Amino acid sequence: MKSKKLAMSVLALLVVFSILLTACGQAAPAPATEAPAAPQTEAPAATEAPAAKKQVEVFSWWTGGGEAAGLDAMIVVFNKKYPDIEFINAAVAGGAGTNARSVLATRLQAGDPPDSWQGHAGQELIGTYVKANQLEPLNFLFEQEGWLKVMPETLIPLISANGNIYSVPVNIHRANVLWYNPAILEANKIAVPTTIDEWFKAMDALKAAGVETPLALGEQWTVMHLFETVLLGTLGPEKYNALWDGTLAWNDAEVTKALDNFKKILEYTNSDAASLTWQDAAQLVVNGDAAFNVMGDWAEGYFKELKKAPRTEFGWAPVPGTAGTFQFLSDSFVLPVGAKNRDAAIAWLTVCGSKEGQDAFNPVKGSIPARSDADKTLYDEYLQSAMDDWAKDIVVGSLTHGVVANDSWKTEINDALGIFLTDKDTAKFQAALQTACESSGPCSK
Amino acid sequence: MMRYRKEKWQSFLLVLPSILAIAVFVYGFIAWTMRVSTSAWKGLLPDYTWVGLKNYIDLFSDQRFMVDIRNTLIFTVVFMVGCLVVGFFNAYLLDQGLRGENFFRSLFLFPMAISYIVTGVVWRWLMNPALGSRLSGLNLLFDKLGLDFLINKWHTTPGWGIAFIAIPAIWQMSGYTMALYLAGLRAIPDELREAARVDGASEIQIYRHIIFPLLRPVTLSAMVILGHMSLKVFDLILAVAGKQLSLDVPAIYMWQTTFDGYFFGRGGAISILLLLSVAVLIIPYLIYTLKSEPEI
Amino acid sequence: MSRKRSRYLFYIPLLLMAAFYLIPMYVMLATGFKAFDEVNLKTMWNLPSGIHFDNFIAAYEKLAPHLWNSLNVVIPAAIISSILGSLNGYVLAKWKFRGADTIFPLILFGMFIPYQSILIPLVEFMNRIGLYGSLPGLVLTHVVYGIPITTLTFRNYYASIPKELVEAARIDGAGMMQIYRSILLPISLPSFVVVLIWQFTQAWNDFLFAVVLTGSSNWPITVALNNMAGSQIIAWNVQMAGSLIAALPTLLVYIFLGRYFLRGLMAGSLKG
Repeated sequence: MKSKKLAMSVLALLVVFSILLTACGQAAPAPATEAPAAPQTEAPAATEAPAAKKQVEVFSWWTGGGEAAGLDAMIVVFNKKYPDIEFINAAVAGGAGTNARSVLATRLQAGDPPDSWQGHAGQELIGTYVKANQLEPLNFLFEQEGWLKVMPETLIPLISANGNIYSVPVNIHRANVLWYNPAILEANKIAVPTTIDEWFKAMDALKAAGVETPLALGEQWTVMHLFETVLLGTLGPEKYNALWDGTLAWNDAEVTKALDNFKKILEYTNSDAASLTWQDAAQLVVNGDAAFNVMGDWAEGYFKELKKAPRTEFGWAPVPGTAGTFQFLSDSFVLPVGAKNRDAAIAWLTVCGSKEGQDAFNPVKGSIPARSDADKTLYDEYLQSAMDDWAKDIVVGSLTHGVVANDSWKTEINDALGIFLTDKDTAKFQAALQTACESSGPCSK
Repeated sequence: MMRYRKEKWQSFLLVLPSILAIAVFVYGFIAWTMRVSTSAWKGLLPDYTWVGLKNYIDLFSDQRFMVDIRNTLIFTVVFMVGCLVVGFFNAYLLDQGLRGENFFRSLFLFPMAISYIVTGVVWRWLMNPALGSRLSGLNLLFDKLGLDFLINKWHTTPGWGIAFIAIPAIWQMSGYTMALYLAGLRAIPDELREAARVDGASEIQIYRHIIFPLLRPVTLSAMVILGHMSLKVFDLILAVAGKQLSLDVPAIYMWQTTFDGYFFGRGGAISILLLLSVAVLIIPYLIYTLKSEPEI
Repeated sequence: MSRKRSRYLFYIPLLLMAAFYLIPMYVMLATGFKAFDEVNLKTMWNLPSGIHFDNFIAAYEKLAPHLWNSLNVVIPAAIISSILGSLNGYVLAKWKFRGADTIFPLILFGMFIPYQSILIPLVEFMNRIGLYGSLPGLVLTHVVYGIPITTLTFRNYYASIPKELVEAARIDGAGMMQIYRSILLPISLPSFVVVLIWQFTQAWNDFLFAVVLTGSSNWPITVALNNMAGSQIIAWNVQMAGSLIAALPTLLVYIFLGRYFLRGLMAGSLKG
């Protein structure tokens, strides 16, 4: 009798939790009834039958709103072209993909990469995944599909490393857009500023006229967004690019000037910036609480959702000093080395770069296609103007959205910016920017 | 005697699965983190080049980390004191045996049920610091109620913003301290109070000399629970304020530097320092409680 | 007489505190019923113009499949970690083997690790044992990280039970498991309630483990809720409605079982 009990306990103790569970099951009054049910209910999830169908698992951070709808539209195109491949949508949300990228990072650590994933075209992908030899070059696909002919020449170097292209851009957003409230400008007889000095004058006039917030600003990433446009507006495209390829040092006098401009611009912003999302900040403009806001052109989609009319209730222009330059960011998809379903992944990328795929995605998402041969009639008034600019402007990359700096460099700049926001010490900020470029960027000591 | 020894073994085997699980999930993972924290790993691929304590030393000249330490200290103090005071106050009110006690008790307890993923946005709105014509959130409510002196800049208050972040945390966790204190108060026999009253002690004296000392163990254990929570505070700040330096804490720095910037070595070092500070907080407590309890 | 009247004065602070706890809920409810273009920081205190249930319907449609995943994770996780905690607590309070007093604080320390810092080894380990991306893997994680608090709770509770009770049973020839079953378990219900509620809430509200350990087909509700806010343009009204739906199960648990939770605490369980 006793030995039997011992045997039972030893059995219970040596093996896993479930057995332990049943061993004491008879004893535990309350949980006993439910406990045995637990492993049973889990079982189906664990043994989900693998489909005989080919699959492609695509990882993105498009989980809601226009992005998700756009992705769905592109999946429809994909399913039509490749009915025998099952599309697995592994989207994880998170502010500009942060959660998504942590999940991706842990998956890559665990040796379980998805078949294709979303990344901001440019250094965010190159500095991280290409450097770690995780991506296959896609030149063959670009040549085979003729994409080199339909995508802007200035775009290709920004998404390449050592002559290899590593991602397929699906859409293009513009970062250097100045949104304004036409009524406020009109009431104060102010023309839309085209240079930074004009901008200062306009904002001085607005302040004098009692406008509390000439320029609306939000949380820290929107400050970095403003920072990159002011850098571009002060330095111009060549020198701006030179900062990122290491040919212009960050302790250059021109950068000092840009930082001074930036510091001055911050004086026109709302004191509660830190507590506002980009949406809150953009809303200030259309509500008449602020005159200007610098934000990427996804703001236009937001204004439309708020049922605001273009031109009359909100206007747009390039950020002062950046006319003729298109500061872009792009969501793109990649082909990992050793993809589990390489053919299916290439099929997906083919759809991503196709006219049909891009025209399905972009009008819904509120962005313009990376291809210049898209059907313009599908796009609204703002997007059409952006398409015109995309075709003729000089293209430079965005910092905040991963084009010009790798992730390590960007976080170092972000840290320096955060400290600058608390102490407003431009000299220290500039020194920190130079240090960041030396430790994670192309600058050498 | 034989049986006794056998049962000692049996008892050990009974906890063995838990011990093994904890050994892997806690100590194994900590060991891994320690190894990473002494490596030069930066970038996606592991790089276990030994750099000794460099990551740790660098942190102490890192301005952001200094901000983090200050913020954590402020947050911890405000959060702990807030939870203890509000919790005790609520427990005191409920201990009066008023009608509706059940209702109020549930009300004070319910925020514990909700995660910051759910309430973060609301708090972001409530603590909107805009002044003037854009007054909103609690400030707007204060304005409407004629409590203008309460209007403030909340978490954008220069230098002390982090203290305001403790408000939602207190909102969530004061129910826990309330429950602990209420349990503590109810456990104090009425005879003790009555006896003191007979001796002519005032209500205040009764609390000072009898009740507070008796509640001290409750306070201590609450402090340990709250203290470790405040050291690890993470999702609350992200939900209410996003990532910004003025409200930065070590857990956020760790997350951002590791997953946004791929500074795995530095992230590991921050983790270990966080763990050490938790250890400093709770090991003396563990020793104290284990020593002070009677032999069983 | 005056004592009695002064008792009513207690309602003033009570109601003020109640308002403090309810304000966020009001904002969530009001916003949840508003239309998208009605959502504006300036008018957040206004009641919605009408009752828009469509937000709740839209949110529910997105969250419903994940509710089931959450339940499948949370219920087994809460039960298993409670049982393990109870057994550990029993042994560590009443059957101290050599080193038990060292083991206990070592187990307890697991409660305090910052989970963000162990994600990568966790994913690697789960991958190695083949549980990565599945619900059982998430259950296991919640169970293991629940062990410290459940063990602490039960150990402290059992420690307060007089050892004479156990010794008397031993003299009567009862074995270890028998004593547990016949003496300690029947009086453990208050502690089980506390621990089950605690673990249920923790696991239900967990986002971090869920997002890194499970795949898109078996995400729990917190991940789904977070994904709803994943666009550049967030529909706050639907988001708030979704938040309320996601919080409902834990809220109900607290509202209906809150008194048992408190009773369990009073029985000495979470007193440390």
